[in-house]
Amino acid sequence: MKLSFSAEDERFRTEVADWLAANLTGEFAQLKLRGGPGDEHSFPEERKRWEQRLAEGGWTCVGWPPEHGGRGCSIEQQVIFFEEYARAGAPGRVGHIGEGLAGPTIIAFGTPEQQAKYLPGILSGTELWCQGYSEPGAGSDLANVKTKARFDAERNKWIINGQKVWTSLAHESDYCFVIARTDPESVGHKGLGFFLVKMEQPGVEVRPIEQITGTSEFNEVFFDDVECDAGDIVGEPGDGWKVAMGLLGFERGVSTLGQQMQFQNELDEVIRIARENGKDRDPAIRQRIAQAHAKLKIMRYNSLRMLSGQSGSDGSLQGEALIYKLFWSTWHRSLGELAIDICGQQGQLLTAAPYELTRLQSLFLFVRSDTIYGGSNQIQRNIIAERGLQMPREPKWH
Amino acid sequence: MEFRFTEEQQMIRETAASFFADCSTSAAVREAMVTERGYDLSLWQQICDDLYLHAITLPESLGGMGLGYVELVAVMEQMGRYLVCSPYFATVCQAVPALQRAGSEEQSAPWLERILGGETATLAWIGQEQPGCDAVTATFEPVEGGYRLSGDYHLVVDGHSADILVLVARQPGTTGRDGVSLFVVDASALVNTNAIERQWTPTLDQTRHLGRIRIDSLLLPVDACLGEYGQSGAVLEQVLQLATVALAAEQMGAAQQVQDLAVQYTKEREQFGRPIASFQAIKHKAADMMLRTEVARSACYYAACIADEAWQRRAMAAELPEAAAIAKSYCSEACFRNAGEALQMHGGVGFTWEYDVHLYFKRAKASELMLGTASEHRETLAKLLLDVDQPDKGAAA
Repeated sequence: MKLSFSAEDERFRTEVADWLAANLTGEFAQLKLRGGPGDEHSFPEERKRWEQRLAEGGWTCVGWPPEHGGRGCSIEQQVIFFEEYARAGAPGRVGHIGEGLAGPTIIAFGTPEQQAKYLPGILSGTELWCQGYSEPGAGSDLANVKTKARFDAERNKWIINGQKVWTSLAHESDYCFVIARTDPESVGHKGLGFFLVKMEQPGVEVRPIEQITGTSEFNEVFFDDVECDAGDIVGEPGDGWKVAMGLLGFERGVSTLGQQMQFQNELDEVIRIARENGKDRDPAIRQRIAQAHAKLKIMRYNSLRMLSGQSGSDGSLQGEALIYKLFWSTWHRSLGELAIDICGQQGQLLTAAPYELTRLQSLFLFVRSDTIYGGSNQIQRNIIAERGLQMPREPKWH
Repeated sequence: MEFRFTEEQQMIRETAASFFADCSTSAAVREAMVTERGYDLSLWQQICDDLYLHAITLPESLGGMGLGYVELVAVMEQMGRYLVCSPYFATVCQAVPALQRAGSEEQSAPWLERILGGETATLAWIGQEQPGCDAVTATFEPVEGGYRLSGDYHLVVDGHSADILVLVARQPGTTGRDGVSLFVVDASALVNTNAIERQWTPTLDQTRHLGRIRIDSLLLPVDACLGEYGQSGAVLEQVLQLATVALAAEQMGAAQQVQDLAVQYTKEREQFGRPIASFQAIKHKAADMMLRTEVARSACYYAACIADEAWQRRAMAAELPEAAAIAKSYCSEACFRNAGEALQMHGGVGFTWEYDVHLYFKRAKASELMLGTASEHRETLAKLLLDVDQPDKGAAA
């Protein structure tokens, strides 16, 4: 084990830092520490332009292989990139779903035509993606999707009907990857397809969901006879579950470092306020701040372990990867509580009517979604127990 | 950057694991723990002679392996898993760094050679239960031809049985790091003097024995003082931090073991016509145990790398106080909670003397209280974060 970086990697660090310092200026200066979950509605246009600025510098998709247009950075360099991105306070990415999920899926499972059609827009930061998985009846039970895809041989197109929900950034996105049932008789994870669907077309309707925060970053997306070219299904009809699950396997920790950058900024803000208002003298608050700090540090070490481990070719997750979602979501929820507690009763006061929240109020409320979306804490515990500890599944209820 | 074990490190880890699995059985632990010494001498000899694990951090120039804290942590993790009763922790994780850090090479060499030969050692510093140097109440003063030392040391791991004692004392009237010195003495040479009295102090956790050492006006030669006279406060703190990392690794190994025991038991135990492991109430407890074990593991391995940096006097050594506090605060709670949950998941048999859960449960609490509790370590972190005047990164907005 060694933690130090090579001289070449340290030169790379300087390059990233210099580029960010030179570019997070002008119209982009206001984006510092903005965006990301809970603040996703802020500065959408400016952040889209920031994506393109990143692309011009070659700083999108840094981990993608060069043959697909990526920078081909080593794991170490990706770690450095996210660290420096964090240090600079650069904004939450709006291109992360394309870069982290859609792109790698298309690279791994897509045809050369799909790769040629979709990867350039992700690389250039001009085309944004959203994820169409959850449905009103398919939340924790994700395989229970009801959205249907019927192949119309005459038009050589798939016709999609149904409803997705909790789709973040749907209103900003150009494309959505959608799981839909290709075999109408099928149930569960069989008979599904994985589709790349253009958002701007007749039949697609995006309705924002007003959240606990009064803002909207999640949406409902309705598909009413929406068309999808025959060539825009990834894998074969019936392979959708496999493709969707393969996508989970791309989560090997690098992007978690990007997420941790936002957490660190939030914790720094909490500490700053506590020091300012004297709450940092309260022994109970000191314990909680120290606990938050310790666990965030360990979260980083855990990611480094994930990154250094041999990723199973069968998509199996090692222990440290299996527990990651449960760990960070629970940590983040506690941070939200700490954030409101250090403000005391002052923490009640809004920035403005009707319901303009401070950053910490927004954090306090938004973190409640973390332990629910992307597999709730209860689902995560089932997964850990069944896959990590080989404990038996709950008998089916009939 | 490579945050995983090398092949050699993995080999040490696996060798230790299979050896302890064979030798530190439930029966062996129970036999050793009721003796006054608290461990089986022949097991210690095997650790030294056959596995050479006591030599991991001893310098190559003396015949040691010259390795570092990643290897030591790998061994301690396995010791924790198998609840090994052994003078390893006191000797290798406390006395060895004290000798090597506080003394000059010439000064420590003869003592390290004796340890290499299989002698045991320990570090005594606690006069009162306080963090770091504040625990030191024993005093020394220069006299003709050396020093005179007096003190009452409590909670000394293997203090009643170790062959070599490293005694920490301070100049009268000093506090904190000031005036602290480390002295090394051969305990067996003192048997017939009235100046020293050692006794075993039986404890709740029977698997690691503690002793009390009372010293009254013990005369020590000049060369018994390790390093600069009265200047070893910072050294003591670093030695304690290194020992803390080793102890955290032991806790992490135990957290893993009680998890394994509990999961195994729930797969075998049937109620309502099915293994209780199929109930979500049980599965969710087990999942939380696994989370704590894995998080503890990440904290320990990182702390091991940092301890190694400190041991080899490299660049990231400055992170040691923080990394040790993070590892110990997390592992202490993870280990005890896992042990408590394991007891609960075993149901009635978890409450019996016959099953091993209680041994881990007691060790977990004892280790949690040793070398700083979770909340004490969090206060250390709070001081680093809140009490130093550092520019806030978050203030950029």
